[in-house]
Amino acid sequence: MSGRPTLIGEDGLRHDNRRPDELRSIKMEVGVLKNADGSALVEFGNTKVIAAVYGPREPPAKYMLSPEKAIVRCRYHMAPFSTAERKSPAPSRREIELSKVIREALESAIFTELFPRSAIDIFIEVLQADGGTRTAGLTAASLALADAGIPMRDLIAAVAVGKIDGVIVLDIDELEDEYGEADMPVGMMPSLNQVVLLQLNGVMTREEFDAAMNLAVKGIFEVYRLQKEALSKKYMLYIEE
Amino acid sequence: MANIYVANRQIVKPGDLLAEGDDAIAGSYTYKVGGKVYGTVIGLAEVKENAVSIIPLEGVVVPREGDLVIGVVVGVGVTNWFIDIRAPYKAVLNAGEAIEQFNPLTDDIRKYFDIGDYVLAKVLIFDRSRGPILTTKAKGLGKIVEGLVIDVKPSRVPRIVGKRKTMVEALTSLTNCSMTVAVNGRIWIKCPNSLLEDIVIRAIRKIESEAHIPGLTDRIRRFIEDEKRRAGIP
Repeated sequence: MSGRPTLIGEDGLRHDNRRPDELRSIKMEVGVLKNADGSALVEFGNTKVIAAVYGPREPPAKYMLSPEKAIVRCRYHMAPFSTAERKSPAPSRREIELSKVIREALESAIFTELFPRSAIDIFIEVLQADGGTRTAGLTAASLALADAGIPMRDLIAAVAVGKIDGVIVLDIDELEDEYGEADMPVGMMPSLNQVVLLQLNGVMTREEFDAAMNLAVKGIFEVYRLQKEALSKKYMLYIEE
Repeated sequence: MANIYVANRQIVKPGDLLAEGDDAIAGSYTYKVGGKVYGTVIGLAEVKENAVSIIPLEGVVVPREGDLVIGVVVGVGVTNWFIDIRAPYKAVLNAGEAIEQFNPLTDDIRKYFDIGDYVLAKVLIFDRSRGPILTTKAKGLGKIVEGLVIDVKPSRVPRIVGKRKTMVEALTSLTNCSMTVAVNGRIWIKCPNSLLEDIVIRAIRKIESEAHIPGLTDRIRRFIEDEKRRAGIP
């Protein structure tokens, strides 16, 4: 034991008493920011992410514009206080990469051709990081886009699966990501059964990949159900009054 | 035979399956792929036989040619004004479309509209590559010099107007105010006194927040009558 924690106990449960195919407790809220056109707060256990959407609007510089579609600009950023050790607020290599993959995932869902010569801005701010921030960020961003009333093919739901101690597990957290063998974030448009984000860190066999993908799809449908619930809740409040 | 999965006025979300079948018709804010009709925005479903469309509850409205808009002058050029119409695009109003016999050598167009002025205008030209270009050459158009202009969510405009203008008629006949509702979510109100003005504004705010609940016109009618009684207006 050189400080490596037990990830899967003898009872088959994970370090936080979850079953391998269990999600963390998920909370979602829509319309949390007044200044943004659309916003959402998403929590996966201790991971807490806020997303804000502006637009479609005129961008600051005309050279960016496309005459046939809206451009999508996306910033994924981790707050300096989001991690145990202070994170420099300057965008890191990792954050620039994640901004790009999240933007490309969202672009495949948004009907950008409806708003030529305009820009849609998406800001994803990680308030607290405990693994799965890109998938929580993508989930929050698609909720915020729906809240802003931007036409989309479907909501995007995302979750990370991984392999720890040879077991395929759903919704891995920071500790499992650090000591596990593989980490695979997956984002989908569930109604259309289309994958919009798929990354893999680590090594999996073909069989393990299939098992992981099936597990991810199962998790994604649960996240998707919660997203729809969160969107309806914003309008239910008035009815109850 | 098309299968419709939603009821009229039901709240739908992006990606909801609304209808299925080869003869199902995808209306506004929906799309059809593989014989299935899906929603694209959060809004209220509207079903007419085989066609499903959505009245959105959020989002910007991109005006179309011929639409009435209320804009704010944000810039003045030599021969044109730049006008904010709350759309993703800045509108242009050319001086020739606002002033008779405009001569750029002798006329200072700031004398007509200056920065901060509200202008009631019509969209003259607007397509994917150009515009929007406005005009004030019609009866009643031009600078707004009296009354007040309030901003509402552009997605609420259809509810404020109502089916066959029932809502606008209820608001104006009960309060004696005159109202001009522009598609870009700005409303110009002229009222006989400030008490009525206050009631109209509160009624409009009520429409804004309750747009998705059925029976709105009757509720607003009752609301205005109650408020008038409380304020002692006959």
